[in-house]
Amino acid sequence: MGLFDRIKKGLKKTSQVLNTDVRDLFKSEGRLIDEDFLDELRAILFKTDMGYDPAEELVSEVAKGMRGRVVQMQEVIDVLKSKLKELMAQDESPIRFADSGPTIIMVCGVNGAGKTTSIAKLACMFRGQDKSVVLGAGDTFRAAAVEQLGIWADRLGVECIKGPEGSHPATVAYQAVEHAIKSNADVCIVDTAGRLQTQKNLMTELTKIRDSIRKQIPDAPHEVLLVLDATTGQNGISQANNFADAAGCTGIVLAKLDGTAKGGVVVAIRQQIGLPVKYVGVGEQHEDLVLFNPDNFVDEMFDDALAAN
Amino acid sequence: MFESLQDGLSSALKSLSGQGKLTEANMREGLKLVERSLLEADVSFEVARYFMKNVTEKAVGETVLKSLKPQQQVVGIVYQELCDLMGPVDHSLHLKGKNDVTVLMLCGLQGAGKTTTVGKLGKMLKAGQRNPLLVAADLQRPAAIDQLHVLGEQLGLPVYSDREEKDPVKVCNAAIKEAKKLGADVVILDTAGRLHIDEELMGQLERIDKQCSPEQIYLTVDAMTGQDAVNSAKAFNDALEIDGVIMTKLDGDARGGAALSVKHVTGVPIKFMGTGEKLEALEPFHPDRMAQRILGQGDILTLFETAQKEFDQEQMLAQEEKLKKGEFTLDDFRKQMSMIAKPGLMQKMMGMMPGMGQMREAMNDFDESEMKGLFGIIDSMTPAEKANTKLIDQSRRRRIAAGAGCEPHQVNELIKQYDAMAQVMTAMAGKGMRDRMKMMGELQGGLAQGGTLGKQKQHTGKRLSNAQKKNMRKARQEALKKKRKKR
Repeated sequence: MGLFDRIKKGLKKTSQVLNTDVRDLFKSEGRLIDEDFLDELRAILFKTDMGYDPAEELVSEVAKGMRGRVVQMQEVIDVLKSKLKELMAQDESPIRFADSGPTIIMVCGVNGAGKTTSIAKLACMFRGQDKSVVLGAGDTFRAAAVEQLGIWADRLGVECIKGPEGSHPATVAYQAVEHAIKSNADVCIVDTAGRLQTQKNLMTELTKIRDSIRKQIPDAPHEVLLVLDATTGQNGISQANNFADAAGCTGIVLAKLDGTAKGGVVVAIRQQIGLPVKYVGVGEQHEDLVLFNPDNFVDEMFDDALAAN
Repeated sequence: MFESLQDGLSSALKSLSGQGKLTEANMREGLKLVERSLLEADVSFEVARYFMKNVTEKAVGETVLKSLKPQQQVVGIVYQELCDLMGPVDHSLHLKGKNDVTVLMLCGLQGAGKTTTVGKLGKMLKAGQRNPLLVAADLQRPAAIDQLHVLGEQLGLPVYSDREEKDPVKVCNAAIKEAKKLGADVVILDTAGRLHIDEELMGQLERIDKQCSPEQIYLTVDAMTGQDAVNSAKAFNDALEIDGVIMTKLDGDARGGAALSVKHVTGVPIKFMGTGEKLEALEPFHPDRMAQRILGQGDILTLFETAQKEFDQEQMLAQEEKLKKGEFTLDDFRKQMSMIAKPGLMQKMMGMMPGMGQMREAMNDFDESEMKGLFGIIDSMTPAEKANTKLIDQSRRRRIAAGAGCEPHQVNELIKQYDAMAQVMTAMAGKGMRDRMKMMGELQGGLAQGGTLGKQKQHTGKRLSNAQKKNMRKARQEALKKKRKKR
C-alpha cells in the first residue's frame, strides 16, 4: 500500500463524517446560507476537535463570504479547504538527520498516548531505509515498560539499551547515545516515561534527559517528538505548550488516527504554538506510520464529497 | 482537576453577575460564554447544545419573570443542570458475598489507563478486606502481562496469566476457575485496549462477556478525550452494556468535559476517578460536588473527607485541645505543614476550598520539596523560640538561617506565614463549622499578603559583576547566532 493510500485509509472515517454531514446540508439545487445552516456547519467542524477559535473562524469565513446566498456544496468546501490549508501550511518536515554521527530522537508525551508503539513504528521505518537503529528504554517508571520496548526491539531486530533496575532515565539516555556513537548507529531513539504536563518535577526531569543527551552530542537531540493521541481534545494544546517548553519539541507524532477521532486539535496547536505534525499513526501494525502532509490531510478530508458531486 | 472548566465558567458567570436586572438579551450573551466554556472543555457538541437548551429554557422563563436575584438563579440552574447530567451516582461495586466469586471486567481504548486502574481497584478491594485476583487478559500489547505482574507484586495480590494461551476468552475462563481454588472472592479482568470500530476485537469482548458473565463491566475513559468520547463510549456500551465508567488522568489540567458527554450518552454512573499515578489515587466520583467545583463554590465535603482520611485522628484531637486553649506554636505549625506536605494533598485541598481556585493556580508552581526548607528553619529554632516567635531578633534570626542553610529573610517569611495561620487557628477554636469556613477566607487573605507559601524567592546563584554579565550576554548571543545559522 502506498503512502497516500494508507493515509487515505486512516482518514477515511474522518472524511466520512465531515462529508456525509456536509452532503446532508445541501439540497441538489443549493441551499440558503442562514443561521441554521451555519449552526449545522459549526456542529460538523466542532466534531473534528479543531477547537473553538479555528471552528468559529471557518464559520465566520463562510458567513462573511456567502451569507444570504444559495450555494453549491463545492463552493463551501472550497472555502473551508483553502482556509484549513492556510491554517495548516508548513514545510514538509521529515526527520532532520545529523550531518555526521548518529541522529538522536527523543520521544515524549502523556501517559497512554502511544509513545512506545510510535517508537517501534519509527524504528521500523528507519530499518526500511537501511539505517541502523538503537533504542534507549528511558521509561524506567512504569511497570514493564522496559520489557515492552525490549520485545519490540527483538521483533524489529534493533538494539535496545536498558539501564539497570531503578536507574535514572537521564542515565539510560546517556548510555543509549554513548552506545549509538560507539556502534556507529545511524539513529538513536530515546523513550521517556509518560507524564502529565502539569507534573512540574517530571517535566523538569524531561529537560534533564535532554541535557544528558547533549553532553555527548552538543546539537542533539536532533528531533524531540511529542506523541499526541488523536482522541485528545483541547488538552492537546496544553500538552504541546508544556512539552515544547520543557523538552523543546520539534514536531508531533499524531497517534491512533485510525479510529473515529479526527485529531483536529493539531489545527489549534499549529495555529497557537506552530508545532508541525511530522508523522501520523494509522494502525496497530509496526508499518502503520506515514509522513504527515497537510495539503493531503485537508484534501482527503473532503475528497469523497468532491467525488460525489 | 476540573479547574480549567471551573475557571472558564467562573469568568462566564462573573460577566453574568453585576449586570443588574437579568434581561433575555444580556443573559443570552452570558449563556453563550457558558457554552463556549463547555465546548472548550471538550464537552461534546450535542451534549453542550442539549445542556444550553435546558438551561436557557429554565433561565429565560423563570428568572426574567420573577426577577429574583438573577445571578443566583442562573448559577443555581447551571449547577443543577450539571448535576443532572453527571448524576446520579452509585459507588458500589455490587460485590457478592465473600463465599462467591464476583467478576469485574475493565475495557476501553488503548492507553486509557486500564491496567493501572485494575491495580488501583485491587488495592481498594484489598483495603476493604476482599481477596481480589487480577487477570492479565491483555494478550495484545507487548509486556502487558509483565506490567500486571509487577503491580500485583507491589500490592501483594495474586495475578493470573497464561503466556502460552492466545485466546483471552480462555484465559478469563480459566482464571475464574482458578479464583475458586485460590479462595479469591473478586476477579478483575484486564482486557486489551482496542478501537471501538474494530469489529473483531469488539466481538472478542462480547465473547468474554457471554462466557464469563462478569457482574460488572466498567469502561475506562481518559479525561483528556475530546469530541470522540461520545462515539467510543456509545460503541462500548452498545456492545457490552457497561455498568459504570471510571475517568482516568483527572490529575492533569484536562478540563474533563468528557465526563459530561460520556454520562449523557451511556446513562451509566461514573463510579470512580483516577487522580494520580500512585495506586491509591482512585476516588469516588461525586457529580454534585463536581458541579460545585465547576462553579467555583469549592467542595467542602470532599475536603473534610480527604482530610479525615489523611490526617491522624488523634493528632487532630490534641491539636483541637491546644487550639481551645488558644495555643498554636510553631511546632504545631510544623506538624500541620507536614501533614499537608504529603504529595498531591496540598493541591487537592486547595482546589476544594471555596474561592481557592486562583490560589490553586499559584500552588501549581509549588514544589512540595520546598516544604523541607521550611521544616529546616523550624528545626533550627530553640524550644523557647518555637513557643514564642517574638523572641527572635536579628541575631537569633541570623543564627537560625545559618543553621537551616537559608537567608535570614526566609526566616522572617516563615514567621509571617505562621502568624497569619496562628491568628486564624486560635480564633477558630470553639467555633462552629460555618464560622470556621468564614475564617478560612481570612486565612486566605493573610496568606496572600504576607504569605508566600512555598513561593520563596529563587536562588540566583551568585552576584555577577557588570563585566561578567556582559561576557555572558555576549556568549549567549553568539550561541543564538550559531543556532540560527544552522537552521
